[in-house]
Amino acid sequence: MAKGTIKVNQDECKGCGLCVESCPQKGMELSPELNHYGIHPAFLNNDKCTGCGICYFVCPEPGALTVYKLAAGQTTADLAQHAEVAHAATV
Amino acid sequence: MNDYTVVHEKAPAFFDRFARKDENQHQTHYCPGCGHGVVHKMIADALTELGVQQRTILVSPVGCSVFAYYYFDTGNVQAAHGRAPAVATALKRSNPESIVISYQGDGDLAAIGTAEIVHAANRGENITVFFVNNSIYGMTGGQMAPTTLLGQISTTTPWGRRPNNDGMPIKMCEMLSALEAPAYIERVALSDAKHILQARKAVKKALELQTQHAGFSMVEILSPCPTILKMEPTVARHWVGEVLAKQFPLGVYRDHRAEFVPVDVPQKPLAELLGLGGEKLSDAERQSRRKNTQARTIKVAGFGGQGVLLLGQLLAEMGMREHMEVSWLPSYGPEMRSGSAHCHVTLAHERIGAPVITRPEVLIAMNEPSLRKFGPMVQVGGMILYNGRELPEDLQFEGTTVHCIPASQIADEIGAAKVANVVMLGAMLEATNCLPLATARTVLADMVKNPKLSEMNDRALDVGREYLDQDVLALAVAGPDGCGE
Amino acid sequence: MRQLCKGNVAVVKAALMAGCRSFYGYPITPASEIAEYAALLIPQAGGTFVQAESEVSAINMVYGASCAGQRVMTASSGPGISLMQEGISYLAGAELPCVIADIMRGGPGLGNISPEQSDYFCMTKGGGHGCYRNIVLAPSSVQEMAALTMLAFELADKYRNPAVLLADGYVGQMMEPLELEMTEAIQPAKPWAVRGTPETHGNLVSSIYLTNDLMEEHVRKLEAKYLECERSECRWETYRAEDAEVLVIGYGIVSRILRTAVDVARAHGLKAGLFRPITLWPFPSQALRQAAEKVEKVLVVELSTGQMVEDVRLALNGRIPVEFYSRVGGNVPSAEKIHSELMAHMEALV
Repeated sequence: MAKGTIKVNQDECKGCGLCVESCPQKGMELSPELNHYGIHPAFLNNDKCTGCGICYFVCPEPGALTVYKLAAGQTTADLAQHAEVAHAATV
Repeated sequence: MNDYTVVHEKAPAFFDRFARKDENQHQTHYCPGCGHGVVHKMIADALTELGVQQRTILVSPVGCSVFAYYYFDTGNVQAAHGRAPAVATALKRSNPESIVISYQGDGDLAAIGTAEIVHAANRGENITVFFVNNSIYGMTGGQMAPTTLLGQISTTTPWGRRPNNDGMPIKMCEMLSALEAPAYIERVALSDAKHILQARKAVKKALELQTQHAGFSMVEILSPCPTILKMEPTVARHWVGEVLAKQFPLGVYRDHRAEFVPVDVPQKPLAELLGLGGEKLSDAERQSRRKNTQARTIKVAGFGGQGVLLLGQLLAEMGMREHMEVSWLPSYGPEMRSGSAHCHVTLAHERIGAPVITRPEVLIAMNEPSLRKFGPMVQVGGMILYNGRELPEDLQFEGTTVHCIPASQIADEIGAAKVANVVMLGAMLEATNCLPLATARTVLADMVKNPKLSEMNDRALDVGREYLDQDVLALAVAGPDGCGE
Repeated sequence: MRQLCKGNVAVVKAALMAGCRSFYGYPITPASEIAEYAALLIPQAGGTFVQAESEVSAINMVYGASCAGQRVMTASSGPGISLMQEGISYLAGAELPCVIADIMRGGPGLGNISPEQSDYFCMTKGGGHGCYRNIVLAPSSVQEMAALTMLAFELADKYRNPAVLLADGYVGQMMEPLELEMTEAIQPAKPWAVRGTPETHGNLVSSIYLTNDLMEEHVRKLEAKYLECERSECRWETYRAEDAEVLVIGYGIVSRILRTAVDVARAHGLKAGLFRPITLWPFPSQALRQAAEKVEKVLVVELSTGQMVEDVRLALNGRIPVEFYSRVGGNVPSAEKIHSELMAHMEALV
């Protein structure tokens, strides 16, 4: 089971692709299908998600992405730090 | 999904649904890849984390973020273009415990609102400014911004921004950090995930400082505008890092609290501030208490600095204390600082109509130019009191009683040339009998706290009165044509 | 007890009595004493005084304080009022109450600092953009500077709209006895205010209505408010008008000269009367029509080249001749001059 996962609100996503470029696990992709509003929304395409939250931070839409983690009880600040480490590892 | 817990989701500082929006209430009005949404999320998360959402007021600017109030479930105020820092100033002053955010774009903050941001920063207003700099006017369709780069093409710089025509890109962090008052100024960029994480920290820090009453904080956020720049969102943000950030270097420009010792104002009860108290008299009661007064229209004129306006005020104050209707009308403005000054005083027993006196009954001329200018306007049967030993040879005033009193000389002999106006007051009261001398003494004593000056005023009053007595005697000998000599 | 007080100072004292504890301003002759005394008195009463960087900022600070539910005011004169027009439009559009004292001086441009009445148009007709009105009160004495300032706060709150105290430089600069009586300032609740508190955090103050229908709805709401104001708030004064053959019409300092002129004319056998609007907007048209029912002619006198006279003409609608006399640049006519003007016009009628 992946350490984390995300949920994309298919209607709210505007398909800008910033999460696709930013995901340290290369786990995001734009759907080949058009959504109701005529755009290609993002989706999670593999099971390597760590729940780092980078997709959420770079996403311009308030509620397009929700990030989940397997372990409970972490604070947002912890997660931000974790995400930074995760990102640094990929750059 | 049951094993997972939410770690990042739409912040509670956002509305669930954007009901203030006309359509598409499930998403923002921003273009795909726009930096505003990213910044909005940073702010909303920080408000949640700091626990201040309920006491936050967001001031929306004019620009693409004009509708920021669609999204934030906080107090919201929409401001005119560039004026958000002024609006925020008063919001904060009115409720110091509120958290006030001025959210502005580059046109709003760095062009039309330059004065407002500079002075809010310089006053050290305890507000937080988020300055989104994307180097272009987005909402109006791609015109030059004050932060547009040299050579950058916009709809109003069709050959690119030309330094010889359009000046240079303006650096607000650098400018504002030259001021002493700001507490925190940092420039960040939305160029990639790493920088976005740094930006999040800066946004939170700026807000946290406000909760600590640290003073003015501003975060400038270099931000992509994929639509106007005609770039893919990913390309646009790379451009922010590779091009925009070269012109606008990232970093902390200011991070210390302004150090100054606050000066508190003493508090007073309202009645004292307003000068309330004493008995209220009806018109009839005032009338019955009015004794030994005569209605007069008086013009006092002279050089600025001769106490011309003050002499008029003394007469009006005396009249008021003697239960008369009075008005005092000054000439005002540059002539107060040099040149001539004059005022009109009406002492009346009825409600005063026009307080402007075109033909006075009494003229107190403190110098020759005033005598020449206003002497001919005195009513037939009226009186001129002139500060001089005698009238200039070429002047005569038919049908007018003229008294010449060398008040400046007399005052100088008493010890201060500035009491010449009081010498004239003594003479005028003696000549007209329009107000009791005792009242003049009381009023002068109330107005002048310095005992030495007070004593001098008393003497001046007496000497003026005595001089006039002699003058009147001489006048009786000399006849009606003017000064007795 | 009466106190000898300058008109401008009376404004500040009255503002304090009305519960105003916020003043944001920028100095300009002949209104500066208002800012100076606000700086002196309001902080001592626990309030806020800020000298803004410009009139543009000052009026936007007024906007901010009004958003926060404060009774707030500013003061200026012609050139500064021009700069404030943007903010005044926003205040009216966002339905924010405030009081603005305009102590008028000579214009256009830098003009001079002498008294004029040339801001009538920009204050009564709206110098800013959009369909809005200011409530405009015109005092003629120091006592009225105080009384109408207090009324201005009341009306501003009642209609959630800017209210203007429109006085010429003379009324601002002159000193007269002022009698103030301590009264409890009654301020209405402002549930719409944005105070940065949990109770008010859902509030929005804005003047944007993006869609056509919403915009029209908002403008119609403002219109209804202005119509109600026109019905309820007209104020005026008459003097010896009951049996008058000719009415002289003027406001502010002019109305006092006209009062004297009426006496002069009557002493010479001409039955003159005075009609003095106290509210310039709403203009007391109905009252003027009634007062002018039996007169043969009216003479409007202003310290401008003819601004209020247009409202007089609209009110009387061509029924009788409307004559006009003015002085500008800081000059004022004498009562005798008004009398001779009256005589000339009445002879022309015969």
